[in-house]
This record gives sequence, structure tokens and C-alpha cells, in this order.
Amino acid sequence: MVLVAGAALALLWAPEDADQGPSQRIFYFHVPIALTAYACFGWGAWKGLRLLWTGEERHDLESYTAVHLGTIFGTLTLVTGSIWARTSWGQWWSWGSRQLVLFLVLFLFYCAYFMLRYSLADGAGRARISAVYALFGVVLIPVSFLAIRLAEDIVHPVVFDQDGPQMSGSMFFTFCLCLVGMFLLAATLYANELTGKRLDARLRELREALT
Amino acid sequence: MAAVVARAPLVHARGLEKRFGPKRVLRGLDLDVAAGSFVVVTGANGSGKTTLLRLVAGLAAPSRGLLVVRGERAQLGFVAHDPLVYRELSALENLDLYGRLYRIPERRVRIGMLLERFGLWDARAERVETYSRGMQQRLALCRALLHDPTLLVLDEPYAALDDEGAALLDRELAERRSHATLLLATHDAARTAQLETDRLVLAA
Amino acid sequence: MSYLADVAALARKDLLLELRAKETLPSMVLFGVAMLVVFRFALPADAPERASGGLLWVAILFVALLGLTRAFVAEREQHVLDALVLAPSDRSAIWLGKAAATLAFLAAAEAVAVPAYVLFFGGVGWATLVAVALADIGLCAVGALLAAMAVSGRARELLLPLLFLPLAIPVLIGGVGSTVTDDPARYLAFLALYDGVFAILAWASFEYVVTE
Repeated sequence: MVLVAGAALALLWAPEDADQGPSQRIFYFHVPIALTAYACFGWGAWKGLRLLWTGEERHDLESYTAVHLGTIFGTLTLVTGSIWARTSWGQWWSWGSRQLVLFLVLFLFYCAYFMLRYSLADGAGRARISAVYALFGVVLIPVSFLAIRLAEDIVHPVVFDQDGPQMSGSMFFTFCLCLVGMFLLAATLYANELTGKRLDARLRELREALT
Repeated sequence: MAAVVARAPLVHARGLEKRFGPKRVLRGLDLDVAAGSFVVVTGANGSGKTTLLRLVAGLAAPSRGLLVVRGERAQLGFVAHDPLVYRELSALENLDLYGRLYRIPERRVRIGMLLERFGLWDARAERVETYSRGMQQRLALCRALLHDPTLLVLDEPYAALDDEGAALLDRELAERRSHATLLLATHDAARTAQLETDRLVLAA
Repeated sequence: MSYLADVAALARKDLLLELRAKETLPSMVLFGVAMLVVFRFALPADAPERASGGLLWVAILFVALLGLTRAFVAEREQHVLDALVLAPSDRSAIWLGKAAATLAFLAAAEAVAVPAYVLFFGGVGWATLVAVALADIGLCAVGALLAAMAVSGRARELLLPLLFLPLAIPVLIGGVGSTVTDDPARYLAFLALYDGVFAILAWASFEYVVTE
């Protein structure tokens, strides 16, 4: 919780360094959010792998929570990315932004994850299928990125520079602080959501046992 | 010096539980099926007979508890509610497929023998969708027995059979008793009462 | 090798089923041609030639999707998949057999659709044909696994497109790139990469999709 405040502090500190204009501030959120989303998807896939490996049921909930969180962060990436596009280039969307397009594809993929889970009955079968799908997702990330890079020659001839602004020392520090803050925020949300879901499951079990 | 070791049971379950979402179908079940025995499982609808048999066959995984089934998939024969055959193919084509998958030596001979034994020889080249329910169930039996399994799991096999088919199954089970382990779920326990060695009654 | 024999037996079964039912393949062929006709009307008169190249790939994608939607129907309807899973053969053989059969149907449908495309829109180069072959492999490999996933749940026909399309996007890019750009080699290499990576993943993970 304290560290979430740390992330907020970065927001206040950042204006000091933003000599490209206050709108540049969104960068400090957009990229960390994106990286956190990747981390969540990676964690979800890892937990999926653990499920397939060990067969322990708890990994299913862990994997699902991670993917859920990753999707939320992914959506935020799209939103912040859209805002950035608006402030930088005057449009709400830009096909030239590789990051943005990649997240759009991933967004579609992981939304389908939830549709898939919803269509399956609770149990070991659903856990396994979800885990396999999460693994496909994490493989899709680099493959899609490569594809989108290739697609630029077909679809959009102009490539926008993705490296972002050249960061001076203090800006870099702010960026790292935001990144760490975002990771910790994600970790906190993850732990919270997981505990909540576990309690739900336990409650349902107890209720069932009583009837 | 030879030590006499009690043969480990073919199927061993302790505290077996199966949940479908919040609903528990099997709870805290203990079971031991010795090799060569004939265990009949009875119980009302919804008591978990099918679930138990599917667990033993390996088609479902336990939610909790221990389940050990000795033997390979190649030694297991399973008869389900559905005949598990392709309706658009003929009996011959279906059994040929399973014969290949189970790597049965001289499968054509064996297929012919089984079809003959279950009275399906004349209809062998016709599509399964033209068969009566009784004939389909008999084909299911052929499918399950094709590879001469040592563990035979049957889920209410008499349900869809006509009198002739039921008599054939009776004969088949009696023959198999000597060299296979049988696990059979049924409503009509009287039918198998003579052959059975143990009975398991499931409560809903 | 008995593994390949299992795959062959299973693929043969699917071809045989289609021969009897005669449902999937004619639908795929008709659908492919119909899509091309629809595209003809959807394109404005001054559309560049590159645009029509892209549309060929959209057609291929959706014809593949149609074929895949039918892929596990027979197994699902009568729960025959249980019997296949019980067999001593490797479960991934089920996937490979199904993917191979679907590939055969897709290739057959394209044997009509691609000439139709040439008729309606203009010629295709060798790069496109190679790309079609590579793309087919990738689409069927991934699609067969996704079809098995979708078939386990409710709303199967609705679910499969949602699962399939995001994973098909890289294939589409690879295919379109091969058709419309001057340097198709990069895109063909990418398609080969996609095929390799996802085929291995599907092969290794199919077991977990059909068992508990």
C-alpha cells in the first residue's frame, strides 16, 4: 500500500522533468502499465505450466487471476496509449504504434480466454484447457510482435519511433520508480484478488458440505 | 526363499471425491478391487456410478483423494452409456479403426470373430446409424472386447440390450471371469448376482 | 512407426466420414467462392491491386474456420472422443490426424478458390502459392487444438472464431505480405516460423486439452 503511494509520488515528481510538455507524463504510466501487463500474462502462463506439470488445483486460480489482472492492465495500456497518441499525434488511434497494435491483438486473445473459461464447466478440464490457452498467449506475444513489424510494410509505411523520448538521469529514475510502483500495485492486486477468490471457493465448499 | 506377497489390488481408492463445480457426486469413497474379481456397483440415479466408472477408466480425474489403477490403457475395456462408435461408418470400419489404434494382431480375424459372436456379421458393412439401439450396444461390446482387456469397466451395459443381446453379454461375462477383472454398474443387480464377487452400493 | 500409423488411421477415418456425409467440403468450396464474389462487390472500382490480394487471405481464413468448426463435431456428438482418448495411442496423434484431415479439406477447397480468385481478380505468383501451403499448415495445426478446446464447452460454434482469429492474425500478415510485397521471402520465413513454433506447442499440449 505504501508503495502504491510511491507510484503516486512519481506522478507528482514527474512534471519537474517533463520539458516536452505535461502531456509527456502519460508515458510514465503507459509503458510501465504495458510492461506490467506482459509480466502478468507471463506469470499466468507460468502458473498454467505449473498446473499441467503438477496437477495441483491451486495453480488454476493463480493462473486465472494473473491473466485477469493482465487483461485489466492491457486495457489500461490501450487507454493510456490512445491518450498518448492523441497528445502526440492528434489521433485517438494509430496503427503505426507497434505496442498499441500488439496490445489490441492480445486484448482480443485474452478476452477470448474469458469466453473460453465461461463456456467450460468448473473442474480439472477447464483448468487444463485454460492453462494451455495461457501458454499459447505467451508464445503469441513475440510472434505477434514480429508479425506486426512485418505488417508495417504492407499496412502503414510510416514507422513511429517506439523508443520514446531520450531520458535524462532524473527522468529515467522517475520512470523506474513508476515501473516498480506499477509492479507492486499489480502484485498487491494479485494477492488481494487471489485471497478473495480462494475465500469464495472455500465458502462455497462449506455451504455445499452443510446441505 | 520365496516370500508370499498379497497381490496388490488392481483398483485402489481412498477418500475418493469428485466434484462438479460446487456439487459433490462422490464423497470419501474407499474401494479395493482385487485382480480377477467381479465387482458390481449399484445405487440410485445420481449416486455417482457413472462418475466412479469414468474415474477408474481414466476419463476423469479425482477432485480429491487417492486413486490408483494398475495396468495400461491397452488393457482397459470400457462400455459407456453411448456406444462410442461413429454413426456414419459401418461396424467393420469402426472396429478396423479401433483395431489399428489398439494394435491388435490379425485384427480382421478378430473383428470377424467378434461380430459373428455378437450376431452382427450380417450387418457388418452397413452404417451404424441404421442399427437398432440394441445392435449399437452390441457393437459397443465388440469395441470394448476387441483387444481382450484384463480390466473391463461396464456402465449399465444391459440398459440398451434386447433379450438376445443380454444373453450374449451374460455368456461373455461368464467367460471373461476367469482371466479378467470386471467392474460393472447396473440397476438390475439380480442379473449378475451369480457371478459377482463383491457388491458396492453407492448412496446419493 | 506406430505413431504415424495411428495418425494415418485417424486421418483416414475423417476422410472416410467426409466421404459419407459430404457436408463439410462442398460447404467450404462454396463458401470460398461466395466470399470472393462478395469481395468483388465490396471493393470500390479504384481499389489498388494490393487490396484484392489481402482479400484472398481473408477468404482463406474464413474457409479454414468453417472447416475447423466441423472438425470435432462427430466426436462431440456421440462422445466418441472418450474412446479415442482411452486408446493406448498417443493423444497427440488425435490432434495430428485431425489437423491433417482438415488440411486436406482446406487444400481441396483452395484448389477451387484460388483459380476462382485468379479468374475474378488476376494472377497469383509462386510466392502466394507457397504462402498458402505454409499458412494452411499453421492454421490447421492451431485450429485443430482450438477446435478441441471449443468443443468441450457450450456455445462451441460461437467460441471457435473468437479463439481462432487472434491467433490467425500473424498468419494473415504473413500471407498478405507474401502476396503483395516485393520481398516475399521474409514473410514466407515468418510463416515457417509460426508453423514450427505453434505446431510444436500444439503437439505437446493437446494431451492436456482432452484429458482431465
